[in-house]
Amino acid sequence: MSFIPHTKEDIATMLAEIGISDIEALYDEIPDEFKIGTLEGIPSAANEMEVVREITALAAKDKFGLNFIGAGAYEHFIPSVVWELTTRGEFYTAYTPYQAEASQGTLQLIYEYQSMMSNLMAHDISNASLYDGASSLAEAILMAIRVNRTKDSKKIIMPRNLHPSYKAVAESITTKQGVELIDIEFNPADGLINTQDLDSHSDATALVIQNPNFFGSLENVDGLTDWAHSQNIIVIAVVNPIAMALLKPPGIWGERGADIACGEGQPLGVPLSSGGPYYGFMTTRGEFSRQLPGRIVGKTLDSNGNEGFVLTLQAREQHIRRSKATSNICTNQGLMVTASTMYMSLYGEQGLVDVAKSCHSKLNEFITAIKNLKGIEVLFDSERFHEVAICMPKSSKKIIEYMESHGISPGLDLSLYFPELENTVLACVTEVKTTEDIQAYVSLLEEALEVIE
Amino acid sequence: MSEEIILYTKDHEWIKKTGDQSYMVGITEHAQDALGELVFVDFPAINAEFSKGDAFIVVESVKAASDVYSPISGTVIEINDALNSNPSMVNSDPQGDGWLCIIQSENADMSGLMNEAEYKSLLETLDH
Repeated sequence: MSFIPHTKEDIATMLAEIGISDIEALYDEIPDEFKIGTLEGIPSAANEMEVVREITALAAKDKFGLNFIGAGAYEHFIPSVVWELTTRGEFYTAYTPYQAEASQGTLQLIYEYQSMMSNLMAHDISNASLYDGASSLAEAILMAIRVNRTKDSKKIIMPRNLHPSYKAVAESITTKQGVELIDIEFNPADGLINTQDLDSHSDATALVIQNPNFFGSLENVDGLTDWAHSQNIIVIAVVNPIAMALLKPPGIWGERGADIACGEGQPLGVPLSSGGPYYGFMTTRGEFSRQLPGRIVGKTLDSNGNEGFVLTLQAREQHIRRSKATSNICTNQGLMVTASTMYMSLYGEQGLVDVAKSCHSKLNEFITAIKNLKGIEVLFDSERFHEVAICMPKSSKKIIEYMESHGISPGLDLSLYFPELENTVLACVTEVKTTEDIQAYVSLLEEALEVIE
Repeated sequence: MSEEIILYTKDHEWIKKTGDQSYMVGITEHAQDALGELVFVDFPAINAEFSKGDAFIVVESVKAASDVYSPISGTVIEINDALNSNPSMVNSDPQGDGWLCIIQSENADMSGLMNEAEYKSLLETLDH
């Protein structure tokens, strides 16, 4: 991106041209009560040298041991060709270009991405991506409220076994708009949504179902979807795209399929890189196309009959509908989507199935190896994918500290998010873990349990 | 039988009485011309209630999506389903086959609405 500085003279000329005295006057339409003079906690500007120094120090905190933390971000093998192609100059931008139709290659790539994502989710249409998985859920909630005209409520059923960060982001974005997020418990025995609690919320607008849920357990998605539809409740599926290669995709859950699918696109070719940038995806039924937030690329013919690609259904978007747009925060993550498109093209349908199967068998190998350790309890009796919750006989905090200091991150401390899950660690195993890695984990955990009092 | 009376809003909707308590609503020739070819009409749910002046329908053309405001308070009892497959009927016949919906209202408040002559003079002020 070019660096285009404005001198004071440039700014004065531009202000004079449109007939206002200062830049603040451009924001007159924003009521004063919404203007904040200073932001607490935001430090004052730093120069380039200071920033480089600080960021370098932060980067030095990265550890390169064996990582068994998943919890929403997943380590997968990414063939070198994925980022070799993604970082070519022709693709190297974070956004859909402003003069979009001049960039036919980028638009074709997004069109291919949308096609593959729609197939993976068994839905009719996909957008060009969103900012990340958590904000994609917030957008899906707002979309569900627009779509569901049979309900006056803005109540959304949010099971507690949903990713806690997704819930926090959804709260930030939606509750100020009058949306009410309703907690539903999970069963302590299997970690699945407690269906008995659902019936008292039949007036809700939408039900969020994460599958696999945050604990890795597989929900009864057909039963939940059919119950929701029988109550005119929109079903929002939060799913892991790799898992969808093996499990039933949202578009065919129950009799009619989930209405909206969303989630984190990172597993498809985007490295963990300390938490971002990632991207969110969203797919839905064709009939809801006008309520789908974000950009959509379509294929068409030009006046000479040649195939071409265009941004379509733009009348929903913020540059036309302003405050009534389907979204004003739906950043498209173009570069990450480029990597995902390369990744999906390279693996193909069978390749993704193989990755998912490999994840599943490695997780089972891990569980078999770990469940015989003295005092260890594997929680939640259910089918699983990617994740397993392990209750430790000693302090999970101390075990994590000990194992991390010896080069293995054993998992996420669940008690930080779920107080009732004391000393419980959520461990993730994907196809990149070898039998030796798993043995190393088991040996180190055994050692930790002996050393720690 | 008296000649049917059509009233207009400043936002370029028209309304006419079609039954005891029912009123047909659409957009005017001027509005369809300004919007260009319509590609989609986003209707409210049947039985949805609105107050006078509420945005209750969205008409989408190839270049814009605009709100249509309810000329009176009432309940939407019928929508023009034919527009789902052929929204450009609003362009070809905005005050006929291209009507949008029928609103039921017990005591329709017609204040602020214009008759044809008044609406025409409003349009003349817009032309310049």
